Amino acid sequence: MKRRASTYVLLAAGLLVVVFPFLWTLLASFKPEGEIRRNPPTLLPAEWTTSNYSGLFERMNMGTAFLNSAVIAIALVVANLLFCSMVGYAFAKLRFRFRNTLFGLVMVQMMVPAIVVMVPQFVLIAKLGLVNTFLGIVLPFVVAPLGIFMMRQFIADIPDELIQAARVDGAREFRIFFSIVLPLCRPALATLGLITFMTSWNNFLWPAVVAQSEDMYTLPVALAIFSNAQATQYGLLIAGAVVVVAPILLLFLFLQRYFVQGIASTGLK
Amino acid sequence: MAWIFVLPFLVVFVVFWAGPLLAGLGMSFTDMRSTDVRDPLAVDVVGVENYLRLFNDELMRKAALNTLIFVVTALPLTIALGLAAAVALNSGIARLPAAFFRLGYYTPYITSIIGIAVAWRFLLDPDAGPVNQFLGWIGIDGPAWLSDERTALPVIIVMTAWRSFGFDMVVLLAALQGIPKELYEAADIDGAGRWQRFRSVTVPMLKPALLFCTVYSSIGFAQFMEEPLVMTRGGPAGATTSASLAIYNQFGAGAYGYAGAAATVLFTVIVALAVFQFRIGRRS
Repeated sequence: MKRRASTYVLLAAGLLVVVFPFLWTLLASFKPEGEIRRNPPTLLPAEWTTSNYSGLFERMNMGTAFLNSAVIAIALVVANLLFCSMVGYAFAKLRFRFRNTLFGLVMVQMMVPAIVVMVPQFVLIAKLGLVNTFLGIVLPFVVAPLGIFMMRQFIADIPDELIQAARVDGAREFRIFFSIVLPLCRPALATLGLITFMTSWNNFLWPAVVAQSEDMYTLPVALAIFSNAQATQYGLLIAGAVVVVAPILLLFLFLQRYFVQGIASTGLK
Repeated sequence: MAWIFVLPFLVVFVVFWAGPLLAGLGMSFTDMRSTDVRDPLAVDVVGVENYLRLFNDELMRKAALNTLIFVVTALPLTIALGLAAAVALNSGIARLPAAFFRLGYYTPYITSIIGIAVAWRFLLDPDAGPVNQFLGWIGIDGPAWLSDERTALPVIIVMTAWRSFGFDMVVLLAALQGIPKELYEAADIDGAGRWQRFRSVTVPMLKPALLFCTVYSSIGFAQFMEEPLVMTRGGPAGATTSASLAIYNQFGAGAYGYAGAAATVLFTVIVALAVFQFRIGRRS
């Protein structure tokens, strides 16, 4: 019993250390600049203000950046849900030549560092006339290898009999996929959708390379550029950090079940 | 028929990944610069000259060393923290508090690196940041964390472990919950103590999950660059320049051929590392 109590104390202390950076930053974002720098510091704002947020939105086009991030993330979620489950279905249930070789390529793509392909990818996007467009930001990521891997694992557990029965009834492969396989994949699709949304929302390097004008910036790109220009304006900067981080944290709070299941299942198999 | 289903992957892989990978490899044997992009076939082939230059480049060697230090310190730190959290959460804690702690520990992993970098830079600011203010209370004159050559890389290592251990925790917790209770009962009958139970039952049963965490994290850590890019820009004096960041800077300077050579070496090392770890993991 005593041991259990000490475990609780340890876990709580650890939690305090882990969430301290978030908590401190969130509270500081509601303090005026002078109070942020005050020593000794205040935990709760002595004077609550939203001026950091309004100042940020005046100087940076954060509304547009927010919208851009959302549009790109939603487009990638839709594309990945469709494509990853199609490809995952083929790897799990269809027989064809070079299947294992192709699946090996999925694994290879997972290991390619972003920096290694960044410039040739950019040259390609430029040749296609897609610099500074949504399509240019989205295209390389419409079918993520991790998503294929997840969907293949999940679809492999669907009984073959279900699919065989439909084939005997003369259903075409596409109908089997859309009306039998996809509806059974709902839990996996929820996880994949969330992970894709999070990855896209947080993605920085590629959008920073493709987006060239302010009206195409995503939130992380806008914040990074702003932080290079105003390295010491902490009030504005941390308000920006809160705007970037908060939507994902909220999403995660409500839907954490799906996140955790997905991570655990990809890790174990 | 099956090919129609794999077509999306095939097209994207060939056009956006395999193509650029090979183009980068090709580039690395030429003197291509950013000004040659319009007419890429007009560049001169220089053989392995870029590769030779790489090994004599002081900055690249420093970047490689930084990356090595980063991986061999951040990796065990992250896994140890993840394992400690997973074991604590699996030691008979009630379900609701366990879910609460798990949620809290996992949050840094899902947040944007840019947001985190901005927040940490503020927390560690030598004057305005609370960390040095707290240290001041107990009479310690805190360093200028991110602009001091001795502390900049350690800060980034600690930040990375803080940000990543939640992932390992979730994977290891799921694996811990899959260990059959009978194994612990058998160990109890044999008179094993707590530490012995951990060493001879828990760790061996966790091996596949630990192997996965090691391979997955080391692939990610070996290519770290966004953390130093936004926190220190590789400074001070190259103290936090990673291999990826050095390549990024070369690309920025327009030296495409040279950057391509460095990128090829990095990719080779990462693949070799992953294969090597799997071999070792499978054998023992």
